[in-house]
Amino acid sequence: MAATRVEEKLYQNRYLVDAGRPHIKINAHTKPSDNLLAMTKLCPAGCYAENSAGQVEITADGCLECGTCRILCESSGDIVWNYPRGGYGVLFKFG
Amino acid sequence: MIDEKFDAIVIGAGMAGNAAAYTMASRGLKVLQLERGEYPGSKNVQGGILYADMLEKIIPNFREEAPLERHLVEQRFWMMTDRSHTALQYRSDDFNEEKPNRYTIIRSQFDRWFSREAQSKGAIVISETTVTELVSDAYGKVIGVLTDRRGGTIFADVVVIAEGVNGLLGTRAGLREAPKAEHVALAVKEMHFLPRETIESRFNLVGDEGVVIEAAGTISKGMTGMGFVYTNKESVSVGLGCLVSDFAGASETPYGLLEAFKSHPSIKPLLEGSEVKEYAAHLIPEGGYKAIPELVGDGWVVVGDAAQLNNAIHREGSNLAMTSGRLAAEAIFQVKSRREPMTKQNLSLYKKYLEESFVMKDLKKYKDMPELLHTQAKNYFLAYPALLSNAMENYLRVDGTPKIEKEKASVRAFVKERKWTGLFGDAVRLARAWR
Ligand SMILES: Cc1cc2nc3c(=O)[nH]c(=O)nc-3n(C[C@H](O)[C@H](O)[C@H](O)COP(=O)(O)OP(=O)(O)OC[C@H]3O[C@@H](n4cnc5c(N)ncnc54)[C@H](O)[C@@H]3O)c2cc1C
Ligand code: SF4
Repeated sequence: MAATRVEEKLYQNRYLVDAGRPHIKINAHTKPSDNLLAMTKLCPAGCYAENSAGQVEITADGCLECGTCRILCESSGDIVWNYPRGGYGVLFKFG
Repeated sequence: MIDEKFDAIVIGAGMAGNAAAYTMASRGLKVLQLERGEYPGSKNVQGGILYADMLEKIIPNFREEAPLERHLVEQRFWMMTDRSHTALQYRSDDFNEEKPNRYTIIRSQFDRWFSREAQSKGAIVISETTVTELVSDAYGKVIGVLTDRRGGTIFADVVVIAEGVNGLLGTRAGLREAPKAEHVALAVKEMHFLPRETIESRFNLVGDEGVVIEAAGTISKGMTGMGFVYTNKESVSVGLGCLVSDFAGASETPYGLLEAFKSHPSIKPLLEGSEVKEYAAHLIPEGGYKAIPELVGDGWVVVGDAAQLNNAIHREGSNLAMTSGRLAAEAIFQVKSRREPMTKQNLSLYKKYLEESFVMKDLKKYKDMPELLHTQAKNYFLAYPALLSNAMENYLRVDGTPKIEKEKASVRAFVKERKWTGLFGDAVRLARAWR
């Protein structure tokens, strides 16, 4: 099967992006941990990606606030995870 | 800054929080409820089946007002391989009763309604406000909350933590651990819109009748997980979830699995021509009884998904959430009316109520299931569906082979795959965990 483009799915959704205040941050690393690397596949919004230098980066704009990356990567110190400020982030019309 | 002190602050306006706020406010307590979404429900995701009985205990005449989609008259369980499904299907006209037992709902609409009901009883609800911290006194008693709005602590006698599965506040305050990857499933879900009449003819429904399909098998690629298709009035909810720990080691993406599920030959015709209007993701607590954390402490109680109160086997979460919210509220009301302090010991009344209710009894019954399904995932989700499908095909295809040979071939296939001891062991393990 051809790779599914998650961007097309996210396009349906409503977001109120808190510009310049991403609610999830990845701590600086030279080589990503296994869990952090797994997030490039596992994030349901495709927010995580590997850059050309082999580090994992995040663009949290399309985040669905599911918390999966927190479960896998917070306790190990790979990421800092918070909810967006009240009212910001994804807005489900149906849920 | 809000200067008044409240009897109770409820964090979150989901199923559990709304049940708690409604119950406390209708008993005359001064309740403040804080919700981070634009409005109650705007952050929430569910399949979603609503169990009438649990809501009826809170709002007896909810059927007259609540935004309900369809009442369920039919349930299908599908055991799937890549090209087939073997079904167990139950439909009964008895479900067309005056007060139906189960409905489908759309959470962002339902939660909004539920919250308005709580407000009509006097609860003060403030949305677009994320609680950032639980505030404790020098003795460790929770005395209020901090939010991301300007201002200091908002004080209350007791805080009802109804923050949902992620449980950020409770874990940061050290009241419980963060959920473990093997105790939560990640579910992705889409809303497919179709004309009413199309849904009714495609799913064999009349009027507001509804049907749900729960599907397991090769669709989860050997991971512990399930797919679902639920009918709403003018839309169909389609989703799929697997344990995060299984996902972490897999090469699949959640949306890739969802696409594969949607294009399965048994599912595809049901969605044909639909317009997708939303894509959502959410975690589901699946740890069961053994994952339930401490439920009460000095100045706080925890309810719903935040307390892992979810029955993954029966896919019931919202009713455990509503019930735990209501029982916590009743316990708080009791302590308050005796003019006693909100200590851990006094609030243990909530635990007692829960133990006496179906919530704890059901979760106890299945306490071994999560581990079993997790450790035996490949058998239950890959091997058996395939064997079952082969046996069915073998049974149905008419090709001149004597029936006795066909039967023997099916049995041989089962035994070859798992050996008698393996089959026997799996059956016993499943039966034990189920009982
Ligand atoms: C795909 C899927 C399908 C499901 N299907 C079913 C089903 O068919 N039937 C069923 O009974 N159950 C189902 N469930 C489970 C059900 O949705 C949950 O059990 C239920 O929603 C739990 O209610 P809750 O109130 O505990 O949590 P939630 O409904 O998650 O509510 C938590 C609330 O707290 C708010 N919040 C969180 N943190 C903060 C904070 N710091 N400050 C302010 N607000 C905060 C959130 O915005 C949210 O409104 C399903 C779940 C999923 C994901
Ligand atoms: S919270 Fe969920 S959607 Fe958001 S970045 Fe993490 S995994 Fe992706």
